[in-house]
Amino acid sequence: MKQSIIRWAGSILASVITLCLLSGVSIADTIKIGVASPYSGDLASYGIPAKNAAEIAVKAINAKGGILGKQVELLAEDDVCEPNTATTVAAKLVAAKVVAVIGHLCSGATEAALPTYRDAKVIVISPASTNPTLTLSGKYPNFFRTIAHDAAQADLQVAYALKLGTKKAAVIHDKGTYGKGLASLARDGLEKANVEVVLFEGITPGAVDYSALIRKISRAKVDTVVFGGYHPEASKIIKQARQKKINANFISGDGVKDPSFLKVAGKYAEKYYASAPTDVSQVAMAKSVSDEYKKVFGSDVGTFSLQAYAALQALAGSIEAAGSTNYDDVVKAMRAKKVNTPLGTINFDASGDVLGAGFAMYQVMDGKFVEAK
Amino acid sequence: MDYFLELLLGGLTRGSIYALIALGYTMVYGVLGLINFAHGEVYMIGAFVGLIVSGLLTVLGWPVLAIVAIATVCAMVYAAAYGFTIEKVAYQPLRHAPRLSPLISAIGMSIFLQNYVLLAQSSDFQAFPQLVPDFEFLEPYTHIILSSELVIILAGVVTLIVLFLLIKFTKIGKAMRAISQDRQMAMLLGVNVDNVISATFIIGSALAGLGGILVASHVGQINFYIGFIAGLKAFTAAVLGGIGSIPGAALGGLILGWTESFATGYVSSDYEDVFAFGLLVFILIFRPAGILGKVSSEKV
Repeated sequence: MKQSIIRWAGSILASVITLCLLSGVSIADTIKIGVASPYSGDLASYGIPAKNAAEIAVKAINAKGGILGKQVELLAEDDVCEPNTATTVAAKLVAAKVVAVIGHLCSGATEAALPTYRDAKVIVISPASTNPTLTLSGKYPNFFRTIAHDAAQADLQVAYALKLGTKKAAVIHDKGTYGKGLASLARDGLEKANVEVVLFEGITPGAVDYSALIRKISRAKVDTVVFGGYHPEASKIIKQARQKKINANFISGDGVKDPSFLKVAGKYAEKYYASAPTDVSQVAMAKSVSDEYKKVFGSDVGTFSLQAYAALQALAGSIEAAGSTNYDDVVKAMRAKKVNTPLGTINFDASGDVLGAGFAMYQVMDGKFVEAK
Repeated sequence: MDYFLELLLGGLTRGSIYALIALGYTMVYGVLGLINFAHGEVYMIGAFVGLIVSGLLTVLGWPVLAIVAIATVCAMVYAAAYGFTIEKVAYQPLRHAPRLSPLISAIGMSIFLQNYVLLAQSSDFQAFPQLVPDFEFLEPYTHIILSSELVIILAGVVTLIVLFLLIKFTKIGKAMRAISQDRQMAMLLGVNVDNVISATFIIGSALAGLGGILVASHVGQINFYIGFIAGLKAFTAAVLGGIGSIPGAALGGLILGWTESFATGYVSSDYEDVFAFGLLVFILIFRPAGILGKVSSEKV
């Protein structure tokens, strides 16, 4: 414990020194970018790796001659993940005349800080805030994010169900926060698309079998079953369903895309669909960034590191494409310009959500999850 | 009509599973007046033994029928050994202690066994092979009943008949009944109480082991926690039917299985447990000792 505190203190000190040096050497004409995340408090373990990744990204950009020939200067501010502090931080960054802010992490903090940034025409790119309304409300044209929002997974499931020609669907869940939340979103999406949802029911995780529910699904003659929950229940359900000769499509979320599901459900898992965060392990840049991160900071990348790195790259690419740091031009370029990042080639849609990264649909083929086309 | 039949058979399968486990609870309660909370864990251990043995024999390339037979026997013997040991370690030293002590000891044993298997086998779900082959003659009827379901129902019926005959007509059965009526008097008349109690644990645990392997093969997955939920439901079934009574355990299991099945089928699986436990409360209001239970004034 003591050691880890020393290490923490060390890394914070090191970053402070780095920042001092950065601001020390900064010449008058730099592009200032803020990084606002929690660097202390309960969620510092999310905030620090995000900031670290931003630092590597800036180092790489500056080594290549900066953006539009100007060096990039990073201003890190601690929002402790609290809405009140986030507003103060936003005011401070706006006063420092930043072009854009990478952050904030927590949806609550982001929401509180956004009006300040919007009024000052500062672009905000969050690597972690997943609350759907941040983008979907349409209130913040200056807001973008490099992570898919909470409803994106359900949207993807609905889109896939429609693609498979679903007219009648059953939606089941495990009564848990994750499972029921996802299932409710999927049901709403299906109903909006005029799919008849004949069943919406919860099961008890761990029950000896689900044969009565399976029979009910069988009788309802649905095309697609959407299950919100985790893999132990999914493997029980799919096994009994296939044994009862139910040929419907089964769609689940990332709670099912797990090696255990393949192992336990075996041959019955074939053709099962599961949406999950896009697998970036095959993207070359993700690997090189992770290696660089490990070399500099001595630990593996954090949960939102790659998203933060991608946010900076997207910003840098868009400013280059726009040819200036003019707010309107950059915002336009953010939506139009595709940028290569560790998450894949991304740009943003009209509401500010990332395109090209986020969730993908996978299907079990010959005992493996492969990306469904 | 077909749908009704399907639900009926589904409920019958579930009920047979509950009954197989409930028998162990009810036998121990009948003889000792103790609720053996570690019984669900014996069921779980039986399933794990079945997994290990069948895996081993499959690797060795034995014929399917031999694997099924040996795995089942091993699971039952191993479970029986656990039951025997649990009684010697956790309950016998507390035979004359106040009633609450063995109850606490039982809960402790249950937690200990769960965590022991958790450490030995990890918390991951393990795939359980399908031991019961798909019978060809059932092929046209799989939408109504699966081979594994048929085997569970048959096992339940056979077990009940054998157990009933055992209690009714054998010497050990007579001794069990004697002890459940009056332990002191039975002892004075020369019944070896310790041996009979051991026998009760051995039989009850072997049945749990059988249930474990059958259900695991039907469901296809096991982990250290399966015994807890199955045990809870089976215990409920035993109380519903009247704990201490063997036909009561069977009846309780069936009623519980059917209630759950029909609640899911005709209402919603959201309300499965609501109906099951609602029924339990309802029955206990009118028959506090359960459907077939004997009313007595001192019970835990």
